Amino acid sequence: MSEKGTLIEVEASRGRSVAATVLRFRELGIAFFVLLIVAVATLKEPRFIDAANLRNILLYIPLILIVAMGQMMVIVSRNIDLSVGSTLAFSAIVIGYLFVNQPDFPIWLAAVLAVLIGAVLGAVNGALVAWVGIPAIIVTLGTMSVYRGMVFIYSGGRQVSGADLPEDLIDLARTSPVFGIPWILILALIVVILAYLFLRYTETGREIYAIGSNPRAAELRGIPVKLNLFLVFTICGALAGLAGILFASRFGYVNPANTGVNFELIVISAAIIGGANVFGGSGTVLGTVFGCLLIGVIHNALSVLGISGFWQTAIYGLAIILAVALDAVLQRRLGKRKEGADLL
Amino acid sequence: MRSTISERPLLQARGISKAFGVVRVLDEVDFDLRAGEVHSLLGENGAGKSTLLKIFGGVHRADQGEMLYRGEPATVDHPQKARELGIALIHQEPLTFPDLDVAENIFLGHGTTWKSRFIPIKWKDRYREARRLLDELGVRLDPRARVHGLSTADQQMVEMAGALSQNARILLMDEPTASLTPEETRELFRIVQRLREQGTAIVFISHRLEEVFSLSDRITVLRDGKFVATRRKEETSIEEVIRMMVGRPLGKFYEREEAIPGKTLLKVESLGRGRRFSGVSFEVRAGEIVGMAGLVGAGRTDVASAIFGIRPADTGKIEIRGEAVRIDNPAQAIRLKLAYVPEDRQHHGLVLPFSVAGNVTMASLRRLFPRGWLRPPRERELAEDYRTRLSINLRDTSQPVWELSGGNQQKVVLSKWLITEPEILILDEPTRGIDVGAKQEVHHLMGELCRQGKAVLMISSDLPEVLALSDRILVMREGRLTGHFRREEATAENVMAAATGQPLPGEKGTPVSSG
Repeated sequence: MSEKGTLIEVEASRGRSVAATVLRFRELGIAFFVLLIVAVATLKEPRFIDAANLRNILLYIPLILIVAMGQMMVIVSRNIDLSVGSTLAFSAIVIGYLFVNQPDFPIWLAAVLAVLIGAVLGAVNGALVAWVGIPAIIVTLGTMSVYRGMVFIYSGGRQVSGADLPEDLIDLARTSPVFGIPWILILALIVVILAYLFLRYTETGREIYAIGSNPRAAELRGIPVKLNLFLVFTICGALAGLAGILFASRFGYVNPANTGVNFELIVISAAIIGGANVFGGSGTVLGTVFGCLLIGVIHNALSVLGISGFWQTAIYGLAIILAVALDAVLQRRLGKRKEGADLL
Repeated sequence: MRSTISERPLLQARGISKAFGVVRVLDEVDFDLRAGEVHSLLGENGAGKSTLLKIFGGVHRADQGEMLYRGEPATVDHPQKARELGIALIHQEPLTFPDLDVAENIFLGHGTTWKSRFIPIKWKDRYREARRLLDELGVRLDPRARVHGLSTADQQMVEMAGALSQNARILLMDEPTASLTPEETRELFRIVQRLREQGTAIVFISHRLEEVFSLSDRITVLRDGKFVATRRKEETSIEEVIRMMVGRPLGKFYEREEAIPGKTLLKVESLGRGRRFSGVSFEVRAGEIVGMAGLVGAGRTDVASAIFGIRPADTGKIEIRGEAVRIDNPAQAIRLKLAYVPEDRQHHGLVLPFSVAGNVTMASLRRLFPRGWLRPPRERELAEDYRTRLSINLRDTSQPVWELSGGNQQKVVLSKWLITEPEILILDEPTRGIDVGAKQEVHHLMGELCRQGKAVLMISSDLPEVLALSDRILVMREGRLTGHFRREEATAENVMAAATGQPLPGEKGTPVSSG
């Protein structure tokens, strides 16, 4: 090779190592943005760092966190679940009406029921993706509407108001067993820890990464690809179901037309900002936690600063595109190409 | 003879047949493999070597025939089943998980049981075990390194370590050396030798005959999906093996009259792109067919796609009709009156759901309809015209092309390019997978084009076709031109020898110095 060739190679490898560093310290980057937003918001509106407002942030993030864990697993497996918002709403409305009819129904049993409802809806997605072979984006786009429709049908379009919900349920978001950390946040942290243990320390968890990384190789290795995909969607649905009952607790009402609307956008943003790769194979629990933190802070900053709710959806969308664009640039720097990227 | 080779076969295949659609890829093939031997499979492109390996590995299922494992009938209908029998298949392109680390790539999916799914992974043990396997292979790789970014050679080592981890008794290697450097190849051979000494049976596919002869104990030759012979290495020679590989009756071919070449239309000089090919120089004159032979992966299609601007070359120059040109995309190439009939007609040559009429006009829309509005009647008229000229067998020109047979589809691709009124045609495997009748018609058409003074560069892996039609023959091997023969000096043997890198004593031909 000529000297020119080697020079270019040296340049390229330097570019690669910078890109690699940025990718590795993604969480630091996100933390930086979180602090930046907090700083700007506080300058503009000192109430932002009030205890009351911080509490608001801390109560919103757990909902995102729980569903984002499921969504991240789905994305790691090279799929996507657009139906989580509707799943959440269906679980919330069923539980809401359960309390309307039986005010004394035990909370813990209601929570188990919420998880089961979500798991069934997720399993339907998973079965269609894994065994019928329909692309996840189509399946979940369809079930997003179907499940939302089921919410309206089940409720007849009427909302469940705070007066109908038992005090104990509302208390999940208000009271705390330890150190003033509310129940809802503790539940979310348990989910996060379980997700980490599952993805890091079980064969099935690692297989989910393998499937997303190279589906064909996974098949040839004898990894039960279809069963795993079914499982991943079921878990994602179950977590959305759990978030449903917590949603009712946090907001004190369930509205068929509002609850969980655009929630898929929020959790997909969080997962992707946190480093989950839409082409599958990568994504971490820690990164997703940071992604949720950023999204939660943005959400709160917008309302505290009095920016209209209309803007919020646009901003989440923008955040997804920016995060993916940044990744694409970095990945190209690293010379990473997924199979099928070549034309000839 | 090596003492480690046992006489009783470990794996035996009898009368294996396999067809994909109507194409018969394997026809009653017999094969046997003994513990402690390296048994090579040789044959031209499309002889059925890879398919046979994939049947042993449980990726494909044979239509007919039986397999015996240690003398017992065995059904290997799934990769998992093959693994249970201790059969490991190393694919030409390593099947690894780029996002996972080396240790995970070695162990994942191997030996997973229903119970093991509920036991936490002990990462320390896993890394230590990976380290041990890699040491056993003598490979210096970090078990914690991500596989993405490793060289092909290293990824193969990861797969080999995976095979070791399951105590594979049979290792099937499909062209493992195709993308390795000589250094890496030596390293691989050292490991293969070691495994053989430990009693592992190895099936090895390579197009490099010198490799095959240095490594193998026995060699089996396949030709057109049929078993030709199995020989001990000592009992055969490179010359004999080449004869067995190409020894096909030439059959009836279209006889071309001697061409009287005109002026040079296409000339390339020291063309190269990255590591795919380099130093490629040749010219094609008006009224001649230049054949380009070589094995799959030799870089022939890369050269064609560089000339046509699909993936432009980064070194060297191209002259069209005596003028130096830059071709950065196919549109420029078309303006320079080049045409390229691609190898993969279904994906790159046609838009399958479009009508015949829509396909034939596709490369000349700008010229046919300068105002930007398509006129379907005009398209149909043109399609009708070419339907008659090339005798394309179809129901209706508004019929989608996917309904046509391979031969008729290829004629549609040819029509598309003829409508552009090209002067230089690059035909990449123009008759692959089409029936005999259509093949002859394509050959006639090529002769006709030459009479009209067009220059034709034909890439073909069909040796008899190359020999019968070409005025001159270029041979490529591993990204370089390794042979250049005039029509009268070319034989199946010396072209094959140039394609596989075997100098044949006493044969004529001008070896082109590589540099």
